[in-house]
Amino acid sequence: MKELALHILDIVENSIKADADNISIEIIEDIEKNIFSIKIKDDGTGIKKEILDNITDPFVTTRKTRPVGLGLSFFKEAAKRCNGSFEISSDNNGTIIEAVFEHDHIDRAPLGDISQTVISMLLWENEFEIKYKHIFNDEAFIFDTKEIKNELDDTKIHNNKIINWLKEYIDENISNLRGGEIN
Amino acid sequence: MKSLEELRDLRKKVEKDIAVRKGLNKPKIIIGMGTCGIAAGARDILKTVMEEIDKRDLDLEVTQTGCIGMCEKEPLMDVQLPGKDRITYGNLSKDDVRKIIVNHIINGKVVNDLVIARLEE
Repeated sequence: MKELALHILDIVENSIKADADNISIEIIEDIEKNIFSIKIKDDGTGIKKEILDNITDPFVTTRKTRPVGLGLSFFKEAAKRCNGSFEISSDNNGTIIEAVFEHDHIDRAPLGDISQTVISMLLWENEFEIKYKHIFNDEAFIFDTKEIKNELDDTKIHNNKIINWLKEYIDENISNLRGGEIN
Repeated sequence: MKSLEELRDLRKKVEKDIAVRKGLNKPKIIIGMGTCGIAAGARDILKTVMEEIDKRDLDLEVTQTGCIGMCEKEPLMDVQLPGKDRITYGNLSKDDVRKIIVNHIINGKVVNDLVIARLEE
């Protein structure tokens, strides 16, 4: 994937298919410690033990169209390539995935269009809440659909004017957080 | 910088609730968002669809789906007008999407050179 934001979108789609009600995405960028970490947590149905053990093997998948599953394999490889680490744990209460990258590694993909990733999630038919927390050194930005829906009252979050506004809102805040850099 | 208070004001201004949600007799767009779709640019296809909806004030249903096994033809987008065949378009660019929205969704003419499958209603 060309952007870390695309990996995030891909992984979260697994959470959506696992009927998660709450999905949390936490990004930590710590320049001093040279860390770019991405943690995705959901309360979906979880992954069966026998599948979990080999989940990042490209030839392990639950889908029926083709016996190859690449999403998690790609994500793990991306982290490993950057002297990072990859961990996944799962049970009946949900799944936690954490990938850590060296922040300044030459092979680390840029964050990418994270606002578009979040917006794409909001446009799924399923109803679920997303909490996206982005920590950059000592500062943090939190985007929480529960909070947004509270402000919106009866207006739907899927309304295209609302969606456009939310995209700009995330872009501005992330750019501000990361010192003028969006991607 | 934008704050959530602004969102409250915007809410008051949004009169028409043209949410991209299920509705009877609405044209429907389905975008493939599996790993293969995402890697091939599906997220930006969705973005372009949303931009066109906004620009042209269209009332559509937009949904997403996983991998349907035609990974090599991603990004894929299906269009179904009410009562008509479901058309699958493949290998799409943003410009193709704009063309499909104008020709197929607005004017009802299938863009034949971009079609890769057709599912009869």
